Amino acid sequence: MTSRRTNTYIGAAIERFEDLRFLRGRGIYVDDVPHATTLHAAILRSSVAHGLIRVLDATEARRRPGVVAVITAAEIGPVPVIPIRLAAWPSLEPFVQPVIAADRVRFVGEPIAVVVADTAARAEDALEAIALEIEPLPVVADRDASAAGAILLFPGAASNRAITYEGRKGDAAAAFRSADYTRREHFSVQRHTAIHMEPRGIMAEWDRIWGRLTIWGASKVPYPNRKILAGQIGVDPALIDMIENDAGGGFGVRGEFYPEDFLIPFAARHVGRAVKWIEDRREHLIAANHAREVECTLEIACRRDGRILAFRGHARADLGAYVRTNGVMGPRNVAQILSGPYDVANIEMDVELLLTNKTPAGTYRAPGRFEADFFRERLIEMAARDLGIDRIAFRRMNLVPTTAMPYALATINPLESTTHCDSGDFRQTLDRCLAEFDWATKSRLSGADREGRRHGVAVSCYIEGGASGPREDARLILEPDGTLSVHVGSSSVGQGVETIFAQIAADALGVPIERLRSVRHGSTGLVTEGFGAYSSRSTVMGGSAVLDAAAKLEAQIRARAAARFGCAPDAVLLRDGTAIGPDLAAIDYAALAGDGLVADGTFLNERRTHSYGAHAAHVSVDPRTGHVAVHDYVAVEDVGRIINPETLHGQTVGAIVQGLGGALLEHLVYDGEGQLLTGSLADYLMPTASDFPVIRGVALEEHPSPVNPLGAKGAGEGGIIPVGGVIANAVADALAAEGVQPTALPLSPPRVWALVEAARNGRK
Amino acid sequence: MTVRFDVNGRRAEVAVEPRTSLADCLRHHLGLTGTHLACEHGVCGACTVLVDGEAVRSCLMLAVQAEGRSVVTVEGLSNDAALSPLQAAFRRHHALQCGFCTPGMITTAHALLTEEPDADADRIREVLSGNLCRCTGYVGIVEAVLEARAAYRGHKADAAS
Ligand code: FES
Ligand code: FES
Repeated sequence: MTSRRTNTYIGAAIERFEDLRFLRGRGIYVDDVPHATTLHAAILRSSVAHGLIRVLDATEARRRPGVVAVITAAEIGPVPVIPIRLAAWPSLEPFVQPVIAADRVRFVGEPIAVVVADTAARAEDALEAIALEIEPLPVVADRDASAAGAILLFPGAASNRAITYEGRKGDAAAAFRSADYTRREHFSVQRHTAIHMEPRGIMAEWDRIWGRLTIWGASKVPYPNRKILAGQIGVDPALIDMIENDAGGGFGVRGEFYPEDFLIPFAARHVGRAVKWIEDRREHLIAANHAREVECTLEIACRRDGRILAFRGHARADLGAYVRTNGVMGPRNVAQILSGPYDVANIEMDVELLLTNKTPAGTYRAPGRFEADFFRERLIEMAARDLGIDRIAFRRMNLVPTTAMPYALATINPLESTTHCDSGDFRQTLDRCLAEFDWATKSRLSGADREGRRHGVAVSCYIEGGASGPREDARLILEPDGTLSVHVGSSSVGQGVETIFAQIAADALGVPIERLRSVRHGSTGLVTEGFGAYSSRSTVMGGSAVLDAAAKLEAQIRARAAARFGCAPDAVLLRDGTAIGPDLAAIDYAALAGDGLVADGTFLNERRTHSYGAHAAHVSVDPRTGHVAVHDYVAVEDVGRIINPETLHGQTVGAIVQGLGGALLEHLVYDGEGQLLTGSLADYLMPTASDFPVIRGVALEEHPSPVNPLGAKGAGEGGIIPVGGVIANAVADALAAEGVQPTALPLSPPRVWALVEAARNGRK
Repeated sequence: MTVRFDVNGRRAEVAVEPRTSLADCLRHHLGLTGTHLACEHGVCGACTVLVDGEAVRSCLMLAVQAEGRSVVTVEGLSNDAALSPLQAAFRRHHALQCGFCTPGMITTAHALLTEEPDADADRIREVLSGNLCRCTGYVGIVEAVLEARAAYRGHKADAAS
């Protein structure tokens, strides 16, 4: 740990630097990058969910006005596949996605050809001129068909099952045998996803003379993506520049390596020009990662007094047509964090990953955690009720006590992956949440009928693991004019990291924040290593690397100043961008910078941080329509250390509202032929400004993380994790008189109405 | 064909195809890339501009339909010297993260407050419900618009100055 100065900026609500350009419409997103001579690409995608390509002829399309090239698998040669970035495992290999369909298509939206033309409109026009015939094959429409295996999707694989993860801890079978109480339920979470507002886009330029590729629109994990592309396309990674522009949201979906991340650079080299592709919304909905489609049969075993002895369960995830870069992470996390913040000694949780003919899945903010929390919190609510124990007392009794930290979660096989909660007082956030929410008053509304609407409340606890993994580098530069620049490998997908890194650097160096001239991030030309923005890691990992670089830069400044003053380096005092000698002579950093001083810092940490908290909600349900209204929603989380309360609060509120979308509205619906029925934003419903007016968030920093020098914990995802469980429990509370027990999301009006009807008709 | 209209107080004369949308014309022919496209089917509001003072989805309007009219984009509501009161309120209330929806939010809110400087929170939420934001959860946006009302009261506000 470095010793800390009194912080001026860390913890302060510094207004964001980024806003000055965004508010004036001067952000530069990938489609805004000025380029006078770029060509435009459009992609022909399969409209059939499963089939064999019998005819693919682009002769006519190539003759269309403005068309420069049409690229199919034939032009590419041996078709590269997209490797798995996270949790790779041999059994997954047969299921990876080729960058273009050569002879077989497996989902609606799979790329088949790329047209490059002088305008985007002409490229799109020419798509129609491509002769394409696909012989349909029977469709694997859901998990049951996938598991049955009558239709095998991959000739090289003996089943449609990519892997089964086993979460293991203690001896669940024995615990179930000896338990006073057990209950088993079946739950499901629907397919939905991030839908960031800026669709994806890439511009690639090939420099024939130097053999260099420049790629705009890189995001999230530019360094690994550069490596993948280099291997596929046969170009030295050092000759590929990935440039991160402003990015209109990510949430886990943007920035993974997709087929287009090969196809567009390939097209640029093919035609020897710059080529740009900007996704449209329908394309985004069928081609970018989906997420969250998991069903789970879960059992709980308790003592009569409510102490949880074990969880045992079997879940099945619909992964869609291929195992993508990070597609396994959601299901994997379901197996690992099933027990959440609770002390559960025995766990046996299997999660099967099944392939179907739908859009492939990937991570979406809090992958697996949102799903697992819904399963667990619903079942806990039912168990408490069955045992006649107050649901808060039940939770409190089972929370991992502070004295048990670090606390081990289930081990995941076959990965043999273990993880620990690093620190925290889970009861404290629960109690604070109840106080902020005013549980004592609001809980009196449980089941109350007010003008035909039935009211209910609920509270849940959660943990958010994150912020570890590959090394991040940072470079701090003292410029000749005495200002400072920060370069980091961590990415920004709209979280405000420029401001956050400036705050960290200014405090670490004890300079006014105005001295921070520029904060650049994410592009591969800046620092030698970096990984990116996932798992809530940018602030923690990149920020810790900035601290390391700052310590080194200070040592350099101190040495130069000492030489000037003719004193020992220790005798130099550094304050506000000025070096002060023993005789109180002062030199501004500008006078010490020379041609500039550069310091590189790095941070590596394999241990996760766990922020944690509790959420409470007050809802009302109209039993006549099934409509659920959210009257109050309170989130309390402890993030270890708050860098910028405003950006953090923004992350929390934004995540909660996304979670409410997943709990109540959003659903990617497929028919039996593998066609997406919700292929526009008019059909895929997301929260709007009028849906959820009251969202309150409180952030605490009572328990700094011991595993990084900032003490910060990853905190971009927590807000979404408990939302499904809290809302479903509040709905159950409101409709307790009917005995309605929601087990599936989303709790859309038709579904809630059907639950009420079914309960009234005594069928359930 | 050629279309002539005012953009942010200046005369524009652009050669466009009949099918070119106003959004594409602004972005690609006039370089006004502050107007964003997130759906191109009239649902998200990111492309909102003011046409003769009214908030309009520029992805649904053809460039040729702008003939002879006055168009204001987010760039036209901004100046270099300082943020407008509405923009400053957005910054203060953390009403943006990735910034992609922001131009549409600013133009929509500007049109609303120009007409109804006393709009209450419900009214603001109702009008903004045609603009999707995936980052903020809207709480900061509504607070910002509420705060900015003061600057629009009592005079025909010009938030650009
Ligand atoms: S881009 Fe015009 S409304 Fe979405
Ligand atoms: S700030 Fe990202 S969509 Fe609104």
